[in-house]
Amino acid sequence: MDDILLGLIGLTKAYPGVVANDDVSFDIKRGEVHALLGENGAGKSTLVKMIYGLVKPDSGAMTLNGATYTPTEPRAARASGVAMVFQHFSLFDALTVAENIALGMETPPKPRDLAQQIRNVSENYGLPLDPDRVVGTLSAGERQRVEIIRCLLQNPQLLIMDEPTSVLTPQEVSILFQTLRQLSAEGTAILYISHKLEEIRKLCDNATILRLGKKVATCIPRETTAREMAEMMVGSSFSAPSARARDLGEVALEVKGLSLPAPGAFGTPLRDISFTVRQGEVLGLGGVAGNGQDELLSALSGEQRSPAAMIRMHDVDIGALGPTARRDKGLLTGPEERLGHAAAPDMSLTENAVLTAARRENLLSRGFVNWGRAQSFAEKVIQTFDVRTPGAGTAARALSGGNLQKYVIGREILQQPNVLVVNQPTWGVDAAAAAAIRQALLDLAAQGAAIVVISQDLDELIEISDRFGALNEGRLSAIKPVQGLSIDEIGLMMGGAHDMEVAHA
Amino acid sequence: MIRLEKRPQPSKIWTVMTPVLAVFLTMIIGGVMFAILGKPPLEAIRTIFWDPLFNAQFASYTRPQLLVKAGPLILIAIGLSIGFRAGIWNIGAEGQYIMGAIFGAAAGLAFYPSDSFLIFPLMIMAGAFGGFVWAMIPAILRTAFRTNEILVSLMLVYVAEAVLASVSQNLLRNPEGMGFPGSRNLSQWDASANREIIANSGMHWGVLTAFVAVIFAYVLMTRHIQGFNIRLTGEAPRAARFAGVMPARIVIFCLGLSGMLAGMAGLFEVAGPAGQISIDFNSGYGFTAIIVAFLGRLHPVGILLAGLLMALTYIGGELAQLMLGVPGASIQLFQGMLLFFLLATDVFINFRLRIGQAEAA
Repeated sequence: MDDILLGLIGLTKAYPGVVANDDVSFDIKRGEVHALLGENGAGKSTLVKMIYGLVKPDSGAMTLNGATYTPTEPRAARASGVAMVFQHFSLFDALTVAENIALGMETPPKPRDLAQQIRNVSENYGLPLDPDRVVGTLSAGERQRVEIIRCLLQNPQLLIMDEPTSVLTPQEVSILFQTLRQLSAEGTAILYISHKLEEIRKLCDNATILRLGKKVATCIPRETTAREMAEMMVGSSFSAPSARARDLGEVALEVKGLSLPAPGAFGTPLRDISFTVRQGEVLGLGGVAGNGQDELLSALSGEQRSPAAMIRMHDVDIGALGPTARRDKGLLTGPEERLGHAAAPDMSLTENAVLTAARRENLLSRGFVNWGRAQSFAEKVIQTFDVRTPGAGTAARALSGGNLQKYVIGREILQQPNVLVVNQPTWGVDAAAAAAIRQALLDLAAQGAAIVVISQDLDELIEISDRFGALNEGRLSAIKPVQGLSIDEIGLMMGGAHDMEVAHA
Repeated sequence: MIRLEKRPQPSKIWTVMTPVLAVFLTMIIGGVMFAILGKPPLEAIRTIFWDPLFNAQFASYTRPQLLVKAGPLILIAIGLSIGFRAGIWNIGAEGQYIMGAIFGAAAGLAFYPSDSFLIFPLMIMAGAFGGFVWAMIPAILRTAFRTNEILVSLMLVYVAEAVLASVSQNLLRNPEGMGFPGSRNLSQWDASANREIIANSGMHWGVLTAFVAVIFAYVLMTRHIQGFNIRLTGEAPRAARFAGVMPARIVIFCLGLSGMLAGMAGLFEVAGPAGQISIDFNSGYGFTAIIVAFLGRLHPVGILLAGLLMALTYIGGELAQLMLGVPGASIQLFQGMLLFFLLATDVFINFRLRIGQAEAA
């Protein structure tokens, strides 16, 4: 068959202690959108790194256009027509769009020519972008456009996209999909990595599913249900969270007109945020990354103080209290960044238990740490939340992202909070672990805790929240009950309408 | 092809092994250096590392010197190590050491020639206070104006040296000293002398304080929440703020404590081995203690051993100057090499060496 663009034959790659890819073979046809599906740790990243020349396979072979393809480095891959948009952008905030793109090129053209090329590509593919804007002022969606245009300038035959929609609003997602469909119609193949199954059903022609490094199935997403695909990914059927508790108690947390200046040059100021959460209620706060989520969490955790009356718990002003005093009152938080914020990377899990639980779990006597008690609390978290680790003495950074997330969320939940605020509780966590974390949050709410979930995963918010609001540029939309909310309404709440009408008008 | 691979966890073995490896590399390269200088390398190494302890001819003099030199190094390094664990870089212990000596000596001399037994304890407190005050300058500037404590504390060393020169010629000059600069000799005045606790052992009150400081630091860093907060601040500042640690308090605590210990070291020195405040009183203990702190892995027990080792290079170096005529600067070179090799071999704590086929790119 001569319409095969890239063929993978028996690719295998082992790391010490783990086989990341085991005999993976499949073909990508010219002009198709091919989905690569799998849980965290299934080997998707290793596979695309091999295709992009970042990692060399232990055995197996690749062909591109029928010829042997052995990229030794990303530059060689790009020269052969393979381009990749990474999940995390590598852009310099202080430089303009054109300067950033020039930095990634082997031989950048003159600045004026490059700006013209950028304008041409952005018009052709409906990706509105001004080459002279400073990247620090762009939204996440616009930054992604910079990365995409950087790839498109190389006229790739294969474009690899690693979880491109995790930072986008629904409207931005639909723009991206139109661009990808146009590319595919012009003959560019796209390898699309995601675990958002509905998106894959809408966009992709074929799907390859990886589990534990092996190719376990292929399917045609349009003809397969999301549930079937999820079960292929996980290897067993998993349960959706059970119905939520409905009897709400009194108001546990009240935020009234919370306004704070931006913490740094690229931070977001909080503007007049108000909401209440009742006991037993889950409030979901959506929004695209960088619209004040981190800042709101810091304001609630006490890392960032505010005027006392702006944050109240059970009718007591707590805005001026620090994190320790707020924990004493039962307000616990779980930040988004696991390593370095929620946990100290080089400290053991036991030491990381002391980090937030020192006082509530009575781990101190006269200022001295009772390490025995700290260890048994850490072990309780490990056991209750099924954290896969050799023991409580393991350094936090040695845990995989999902396991560490289960640990840091579990650490807060086991402290029996009255109010729990979490940011991106299931970010980068595989489906089974994510379901377990969501269930634990719902159970906690059922026991009478008030819960605020800040997340960019709309499916997650709709699944577990009672009411929904969205952050946009540091402002909070009106808060509406989740029942009866349409995806268009949510998009508008997220402020996604901004900058959209230009595209595909 | 040789390459480095990141370890999933820091290696415990290498944490202990790198100082030993650094000492060996220093010996080897030091030997090469002596050979180039035309001195017999093995003999030079032996004179530095072996003779001070075991040579029948010198050991009775040099062995007590080991504790005399190690005492201040350990005391200062313990204070520095606590700040270093929090990422607070007090480079100016030398200045705090000088100010401690001046404050302590002044407090004693104010009561000359009383023979009250309270004078020596008063001097210790005054010495600690002097070092504390000098360290509070970078601490307050950092917390209030976000200045860099490395630069401020370092520059204050030179200010302290100027103060030292001034007081030894004016304020604290011995009125019976026939106009020579320098204070009265504190070690010859009963009430102020920092005596040996055990005769001819070198064990004076400052050495005892250093040992107590080792135990105190060990308990603080491993058992107490304040020690935990200090380590947390150093390893993950954002996590520390999340845990409720106030960064400003940690800065004040760490700089204050290291200043106090350096000030006490200065007082014990001026009231004992040095005897008097003079223009050239300070001898670089405050800077060498930085090497001691790192060589000891910022761990109290490690610092104890590193302090003794560094004292050995001081004494052995002097001996080598005397016996073999090696230049005085070669000892400083030796100490510098020790830190250099330690930092260089430290990479093995977090990385392992792989020799063989390379990965793509």
